[in-house]
Amino acid sequence: MKDPIIKLRDLTKCYGSQRAVDNLNLDINKGEIFGLLGPNGAGKTTTILMMLGLTDPTNGSAFVCGYNATSDPISVKRKVGYMPDSLGFYDHMTALENLIYIARLNGLPGKGNRTRALEIMDIVGLSSSMHKKTSTFSRGMKQRLGLADVLIKQPDVIILDEPTLGIDPSGVREFLLLLKRLSKEQGLTVLLSSHHLHHVQQVCDRVGIFVKGKLLAQGNIDTLSGDLFNHKGHVVSISLSEFISGPWLPEHELAQWETIKNININQNTIEFECTQNITPALVRFLVEKGYDIISVHQKNYGLDDIYQKYFENDN
Amino acid sequence: MASKKIQIISPFSVIVRKEMADHIRSWRFIVLMGLIILTFVASMYVSLSNIRAAIGNANDPDHTFLYLKLLTTTDNSIPPFHVFLSFLAPLLGISLGFDAINAEQNNGTLTRLMAQPIYRDNLLLAKFVSALIMVGALFLVLTLLMIGGGLILTGVRMEPQELLRILGFILISITYVGFWLSLSIVLSIKFRQAATSALTAIGIWLFFTVFYQIIVNLIIRSFLPDPSFLTQDQIQFYNEFILDLLRIAPNQLYTDATTTLLMPSVRSLGPMTMQQMAGAIPSPLPFRESLMIVWPQVSGLIGATVACFALSYYLFMRREIRS
Repeated sequence: MKDPIIKLRDLTKCYGSQRAVDNLNLDINKGEIFGLLGPNGAGKTTTILMMLGLTDPTNGSAFVCGYNATSDPISVKRKVGYMPDSLGFYDHMTALENLIYIARLNGLPGKGNRTRALEIMDIVGLSSSMHKKTSTFSRGMKQRLGLADVLIKQPDVIILDEPTLGIDPSGVREFLLLLKRLSKEQGLTVLLSSHHLHHVQQVCDRVGIFVKGKLLAQGNIDTLSGDLFNHKGHVVSISLSEFISGPWLPEHELAQWETIKNININQNTIEFECTQNITPALVRFLVEKGYDIISVHQKNYGLDDIYQKYFENDN
Repeated sequence: MASKKIQIISPFSVIVRKEMADHIRSWRFIVLMGLIILTFVASMYVSLSNIRAAIGNANDPDHTFLYLKLLTTTDNSIPPFHVFLSFLAPLLGISLGFDAINAEQNNGTLTRLMAQPIYRDNLLLAKFVSALIMVGALFLVLTLLMIGGGLILTGVRMEPQELLRILGFILISITYVGFWLSLSIVLSIKFRQAATSALTAIGIWLFFTVFYQIIVNLIIRSFLPDPSFLTQDQIQFYNEFILDLLRIAPNQLYTDATTTLLMPSVRSLGPMTMQQMAGAIPSPLPFRESLMIVWPQVSGLIGATVACFALSYYLFMRREIRS
């Protein structure tokens, strides 16, 4: 078993009486893409700041690449590339100048800086506009430059805070695919925080759901939805062409099925909660009974439902 | 290891270099530089047109110091350069420092910068040092130009003492700017809005240049007993006391220090008794003695600068960086 590259132990941060992060324990392994998912104000940014030593935890500790982030932030920052949620660049400098400045601050040798910066500009797709001042950049371009900023220091870990905020859907997709490719190619560990489920779903190996300073669940999307299935089972809803009024005769017959836990009838839609996936059998049964089926919908749990569930519990 | 050493030193000098480049390109610095050069040229013009009379005045014990005279002579139409500077230097310091940290924070560059492997104090120090280097270079260039111009125009040889005094004057001026710079950096950490910190700094400056003397005078006058009932010693004591109070103001310290350095015949900055005056020949003091007189002032200025800087460290080091 390898040592996790990010290790948070009982991490707690209080602002006054409010606990922004509450006893957080989290392990992230090398090469993983981990999504920290939670609503605004859940404490995601605070957690990230504590991992970088930019904020002192009230209690507990954060180890990144084997260094304690609170007592040895410089060593951590050498290994970690961080992209904050609100990116700012020096507006009077060009994109390339901004990038080279960061490279120099990281103590990268002066000679190779320019060629490396040019390479990275190419990777993130900014080669054509790297001599423009950053004040003219759009949000998406800034995001790419931010990623370049992170990559130029050749980090082991990349931490991205709300990287998909404010870019259009196609931009998000491109950005995330780029991220995934880079992570696979260079063996980078990526931690990204977001409140956008679908974005996270696209790229993350593992997801942690983070609400009000607490990590409610973690695992890959299959395990998370598996948890939900065990809880609620499979849900199939079938719509018929005619409205059902009064007692529906086949209900008694169906109630004998062992696999069906519950039947809900709402106008022309019947919702079955089952312990197994019995959709074909249900359809066959209804067709044989002479019902006209207009639609069959088998519910798959995505992140939305996962998210919803944990939020419901919370509220 | 050599490579390791470079890594430790370089981030600081990288920031300093970038900050200086920013200053040079900024309109703010160009405008200030223009202002300083303009006052310098104006006061030089006035002093040059009066230099003949000043040098010829045998009653003045300082009349042999041509280059010091160049800096201090005036026909009262405009104040001499060092008095001008006591007004302008704070402005210079404030305008170079008032948005040092909060502008970075508001632009979101501070978070990015702090995520790099640099120490936080490096950033503060670099902001301070880069501005001081710019100011120092400006002052040095101006005075060297003045000395060169004086040499060409008059052909008079320069005393080593004069050079030392002028260099001392520049050093004190830089320290004075440094004080206002570090004060404005403190304010830029304290206040999120650049405008607030600029206004506060200018408020402090105005308070010390205009209102402080008025307030001290008002308060002292209401407490002071009638001078006609006081002995000579008591009057002396009160005078010293008022002067000490006035010397809390940094511009008073600066004016005291520069006056003493640029006018070698100044023997004391406080009132002197008749016994002290008796037997004194009105002649210039050696450089060392003048330096001894202004040393308390200079150390006061340096002390105030260091105190402001320490405060900025205190405020900034454990601060949460968020945009």
